[in-house]
Amino acid sequence: MFESLQDGLKSALKTLQGKAKLSEGNMREGLAAVEQALLEADVSYAVAQDFIAHVSEKALGQKVLLALDPVQQLMAIIYQELVAILGPVDSAIPLRKEVTVLMMCGLQGSGKTTTCGKLTKLLQQNKKSVMLVAADLQRPAAIEQLHVIGGQLGVPVYSEPGQQDPVSVCTNAVAKARKDQIALVVLDTAGRLAIDQELMDQLVRIDKRVGPDQVYLVVDGMTGQDAVNSAKAFNEALELDGVIMTKLDGDARGGALLSVKQVTGVPIKFIGTGEHLDALEPFRPEGMVSRILGQGDIVGLAQMARSVIDETAQKEMEAKLQAGEFTLDDFKKQLKSVLQPGLMTKMLGLLPGMGEIQKMMSGVDAEGDAKRVVGIIDSMTAQERRNPKIIDPSRRNRIARGAGVQVAEVNGLLKQYETMAPIMRAMAGKSMMGRMQAIQDIQKSGMFNPGAKMPKIKGDTGKRLTSKERAEMKKRREKELRRKQREQKSDRDRRQDGDVA
Amino acid sequence: MGVFDLFKKKAEPARDAARPATMPRQETSDDAATETAPSLFGRFRSALKKTTDFLNTDIRDLFKREGRLVDDQFLNELYAILVKTDMGTGPAARIRDRIGSDFRARVVHMSDVLASVQDEVRAILKQPQRPIQFAASGPTVILVVGVNGSGKTTSIAKLMRMFRDQGKRVVVGAGDTFRAAAVRQLAIWAEREGAAIVEGENQGDPAAVAHKAVALAIQTGAEVCIIDTAGRLQTQTNLMQQLEKIYRVITKQIPDAPHEVLLVLDATAGQNALSQAQGFSTAAKCTGIILAKLDGTAKGGVIIPIRERFAIPVKFVGVGEKSSDLAVFDADQFAAALFADAA
Repeated sequence: MFESLQDGLKSALKTLQGKAKLSEGNMREGLAAVEQALLEADVSYAVAQDFIAHVSEKALGQKVLLALDPVQQLMAIIYQELVAILGPVDSAIPLRKEVTVLMMCGLQGSGKTTTCGKLTKLLQQNKKSVMLVAADLQRPAAIEQLHVIGGQLGVPVYSEPGQQDPVSVCTNAVAKARKDQIALVVLDTAGRLAIDQELMDQLVRIDKRVGPDQVYLVVDGMTGQDAVNSAKAFNEALELDGVIMTKLDGDARGGALLSVKQVTGVPIKFIGTGEHLDALEPFRPEGMVSRILGQGDIVGLAQMARSVIDETAQKEMEAKLQAGEFTLDDFKKQLKSVLQPGLMTKMLGLLPGMGEIQKMMSGVDAEGDAKRVVGIIDSMTAQERRNPKIIDPSRRNRIARGAGVQVAEVNGLLKQYETMAPIMRAMAGKSMMGRMQAIQDIQKSGMFNPGAKMPKIKGDTGKRLTSKERAEMKKRREKELRRKQREQKSDRDRRQDGDVA
Repeated sequence: MGVFDLFKKKAEPARDAARPATMPRQETSDDAATETAPSLFGRFRSALKKTTDFLNTDIRDLFKREGRLVDDQFLNELYAILVKTDMGTGPAARIRDRIGSDFRARVVHMSDVLASVQDEVRAILKQPQRPIQFAASGPTVILVVGVNGSGKTTSIAKLMRMFRDQGKRVVVGAGDTFRAAAVRQLAIWAEREGAAIVEGENQGDPAAVAHKAVALAIQTGAEVCIIDTAGRLQTQTNLMQQLEKIYRVITKQIPDAPHEVLLVLDATAGQNALSQAQGFSTAAKCTGIILAKLDGTAKGGVIIPIRERFAIPVKFVGVGEKSSDLAVFDADQFAAALFADAA
């Protein structure tokens, strides 16, 4: 849906090619493209204008560096400036000796209650005792929702059935937490409109009476131009300490964050990237900037990949691959490591040109597919997994029935394995460069074109062989095969001998 | 010069006088158009008043002096006002350019430009007024979809109230089996509004809930069956497939159902709403939009490009937290409320 900014800039900045200096004249078109990209990402109009003026001032008269072309240089300036606005990062939650009180506030449906749960999970991982407080007395069943989340996390949830006044719920809850020696209290307040004076006053009363240590504004990642108005109102009423932006696991570009940051000036603490309770990430301006500009987040992708892969398992795998082994079992293990809920879609979302990728992926259920593949492998015998060559049509039928899939899917998997195994072996033990080459081979074979069947890679001999040479090669191959069979046979014999002994 | 001064002096009070005069006139036309439920429109208008005030002050700012030269600066200011409604850069630029070509280098009056912009918006949003398409016989099935936190459950509560007021019996299917206590939330509303409810098990199959709800509606002879669904982002392929399944399950029971698929959009949403409209109409063939949370400062202007691109009409607007806070959408009202002074 969104044209990549880079492409837009490239065409807009054609006039810049070969220019030695950035000037107002030659940047105008490019900056207009940037402004449009920002507005399409829902950055507020005034903020976008200010930003463009700022960049233009900064870039004016800069000499184009030899190493860069003017487009790159302007992009670099834009990138740095955006990072500077969104930073500095501080996702730490300052703790007090006694009870630390966090208060969440925001518009209706911004994701406060879910974020309360996510924040609790994060604090739990840091071995902190947490209590949730149901201070949303407005929405039906909001209290029950928090109780369910508390139950999932195993933390106490404070609520007062029948109570009409959230102020007293909060004060009583903090008193109880003090008594129970709980380190952190998270107040879940009702969603409210920034122009609803009555409810805003109520929020201020809670703020005055309870005196929360940290007040976080929860902002929906899909918010449009209105983000400025509501953030301003909340900030004026409460003096915010941080912002959490939610629902960034979709294709929303989250430009509202720029507006909110500009208006409130408080650090952005976390971003919500999924419905599950562990989907809360410390904010990283670099990733967000790429996202707002519509360029994907490669660093985030790498980080996520790293966090998913278990180091020791990885080493084991490496050793196996170097020994030239890559069985279906290994394939399954690898698949499983990326099968965490929501991960695939999340990783895809981080890829550059994500709109394109996601469009391409529409109708492809990456996670479901991977799960089915695991199911198919699970339906194989140990012997079949080690040596897929023995899987004949009747075995294929059996496996398909066992996994509850069509035979064609089993065939597809085996084909995929056949293509992948040599690449995996080729990648093992190689330097970074070697791996890049191997990955390029995969790309060539259409791996990143999901849904397409993978062609089998044919090795490049580098030269044409004469028929004589080919015959020679064939002879050598057969000799090798015989040697292997001999070895296997003697191996078996030895084992049988051992059994007898 | 003296002539101009005279004109200025004359025009100034005339303009002030014109405003109060136009307001009542509009009121009467509203009442005529909405004999059945004038209070709803009153609410609708008051909800949009903030938007109107905002737009009016801004547009009036453009014309501090009597008449202004339409130049680049003028057009940029107009563009800013348009973009701030969340209508997106495309429509905003187009309207700006149209105004530019029609009025460039002329000295214009506020009413000229406003009328022009309003016409543009009205033309885009023009639609036949048909809030809900009822089934010829048997229950009318309404599927409600949208992203997380857009206001689906509250909107359903409002629909329940509306149908109850029309004397229709309603069955709701609590198909949001994912979010904690979502079923409970709908159950509370159903009890308040006197609707029968089919509750799904926690983490159960929402398609099964839809099936049971439709079956109950057929069995009890209820006129309306509303199916709630879990919030989902339009990029979550597996969840969108689940939506397709729910749709299929309903169609199996009643071939021409669901009769309405309503997409609930948050009025505070920005350009992502376009992607939502696309994703949800692909998966669930949306027949209409409920624009929720229009009682805030958000403009909801994104429905303009949505209407242009996907031709999905806006059927209702949500203007508050109470179940009675639902108004039927009317393009003339919307455009008129946005630019009331132009009338």
